[in-house]
Amino acid sequence: MTAVVERSYDVVIVGSGAGGGTVAQALAPLVRGGRRVLVLEQGPRFDDEEFTGPELDMAGALYADGGGFLTAQGTMTLAFAHAYGGSTLVYTGTSLTAPEHVIRGWGVPGLEHADLLRRSQRYLTENNVHLLPAEEINDNNRLFVEGGARAGYRVEQFPVNVKGCRGSSLCNLGCPNQAKQGTNRVQLPRAEREGVDVVTRAEVLRIDPDRSVAVRVSEKPAGGKGRPGEWTPGDYRVSTRIVVCAGGAIGTTSLLQRSPLALPRAVGERFTCHPALILVAEHARPITNDVGHPKSYFVDRAAEQRFVLETCMYFPFTTAKALSGFGPDHSRVMRAFPRLQMILVLACDAATPGNRISVDDAGRPVVHYRFTRETVSGLVEGARASARIFFAAGAVRLHAPFADPPLLEARDADLVNERITARHFTEGKVAVSAAHLMGGCAMGHGARDSVTDSWGRVHGLPWLRVADASLFPDSLEINPYVTIMALADRAAEAVRADAPALLS
Amino acid sequence: MSVLAAVQPSFRAIAATVVPEAGTLDAGGWAELEGIVEQALAPRPPRLQRQLVTLIRVIEWLPLLRYGRRFTRLDPRRRARVLETLQNSPLLLLRRGFWGLRTLALMGYYARPAAAASIGYRADPRGWAVRR
Repeated sequence: MTAVVERSYDVVIVGSGAGGGTVAQALAPLVRGGRRVLVLEQGPRFDDEEFTGPELDMAGALYADGGGFLTAQGTMTLAFAHAYGGSTLVYTGTSLTAPEHVIRGWGVPGLEHADLLRRSQRYLTENNVHLLPAEEINDNNRLFVEGGARAGYRVEQFPVNVKGCRGSSLCNLGCPNQAKQGTNRVQLPRAEREGVDVVTRAEVLRIDPDRSVAVRVSEKPAGGKGRPGEWTPGDYRVSTRIVVCAGGAIGTTSLLQRSPLALPRAVGERFTCHPALILVAEHARPITNDVGHPKSYFVDRAAEQRFVLETCMYFPFTTAKALSGFGPDHSRVMRAFPRLQMILVLACDAATPGNRISVDDAGRPVVHYRFTRETVSGLVEGARASARIFFAAGAVRLHAPFADPPLLEARDADLVNERITARHFTEGKVAVSAAHLMGGCAMGHGARDSVTDSWGRVHGLPWLRVADASLFPDSLEINPYVTIMALADRAAEAVRADAPALLS
Repeated sequence: MSVLAAVQPSFRAIAATVVPEAGTLDAGGWAELEGIVEQALAPRPPRLQRQLVTLIRVIEWLPLLRYGRRFTRLDPRRRARVLETLQNSPLLLLRRGFWGLRTLALMGYYARPAAAASIGYRADPRGWAVRR
């Protein structure tokens, strides 16, 4: 049996995505002051040339369970990445700031929208966030704008954080041109240049009450993508003074749950995820869809109807899985790929008792999720709105998972409300997936109903911090990475402020 | 170790019902499809692998009750009816099981580069540079 290797750091950051990468950069000044800061990332570090595009190769390398992590009910898949840069490797770079009404609705004492906005603006600048020029917009997005306007919806353009985007359309499989300005391109390299250590392929098994973390560094699998870990494979015990958990909603929450710590009872609660559906429609002629930035526009109906529509473009298997049914009708839609327009419908779900994260006997995360009537209603209304936009954009045929049969012809455009109904939402038959995983370590008043304060300090354990989407006490109703960075920036500020006492 | 070997004829009949074009694959095409599915199943727990094999066996023998023939002996129309029964089952367990099997068949077929090309999918890391 190999001995556990002992290491010592002043601060350990678990995770390197939007939360962990931000904290790593923000705590780099501690290194100049002689402190040692370590980032532990479960996934590997990829070289630029390893982002090659094939769907299964990249999904298998980047995502937990290849992107098919199932809820306990087996009715929804959750997508989150394990890699240097976390899920910032696989988002589309859409950069929105938190809506004021959402932050007010969260009611977290000490958390002000103006403060989050100020911090967000800094990262929007740092990550080169801007609107793409018209000449870089493909037909799939342009048709959404035109159809949305004709159907009476307010269509807005996504600011995106790209630099040198070549329009591969492969954002969700890791940009092959290194255009997305995720933490793997911006914050982590800066932190490393300033002396922060980053160790990849390093899974944190638990956090112990003596402020040490148990870490297992794994070998690079034969033939797999990514570099070997920076430490020799094996088990480590890292003694530290401050632990910042930033492994994402599922990673952070499950880590705390398998750690023998006196934690607030609310750990695991308030999980939300913006359950999403992919809708496709067929045009008479080919359109540019699998080239160009895939997600340039959106319609925000969160406040009124609890859904958001976003342009999207997915890959053959993902698209095939998203369509309901099988057989000749399914194949016919797939063969129309060069003529397909796609819209992603996201439901703005609300934190609900029972929708939570737990761990199984082996300490692996288990996500319990049931669709509430309101969430299904958001998906149905979003699907109806998408249908109106598709047909207004000139689509000849639409595939709607909530219709039976799922194919609607243009002549049925007036029957959208009758054909697309909640009656046809059958769990285990409709492909629902989610990539905006939130909650589990919610901020709030105190240990009775939350896990941390508004600065990410875990109630009762001042040396333990949270700095990722698990802090959200409810759905954000928009793409979350900018808000995660803003909250992580707050958490890092609190660590710096408390460092003299905690590190002495 | 192969998960599908014990139920290969049944799996192929199911896959060709889910994606009719799979029925035209040659031996090399089937090997590629099944290789993708095996690769997806390999890291999954043995219990899940056994459940999948059991489900495929159930699908093979279930039609005896209604049609007096096994799944692999049915015509395409009746095969589709059997799968539709599972897809629309009032039991979530059966719907989920079929959903998983359907997902594997779609993965095996559409993750092949030849299938992506055949439906006109042309995404390229070089993006606009190769399309304008």
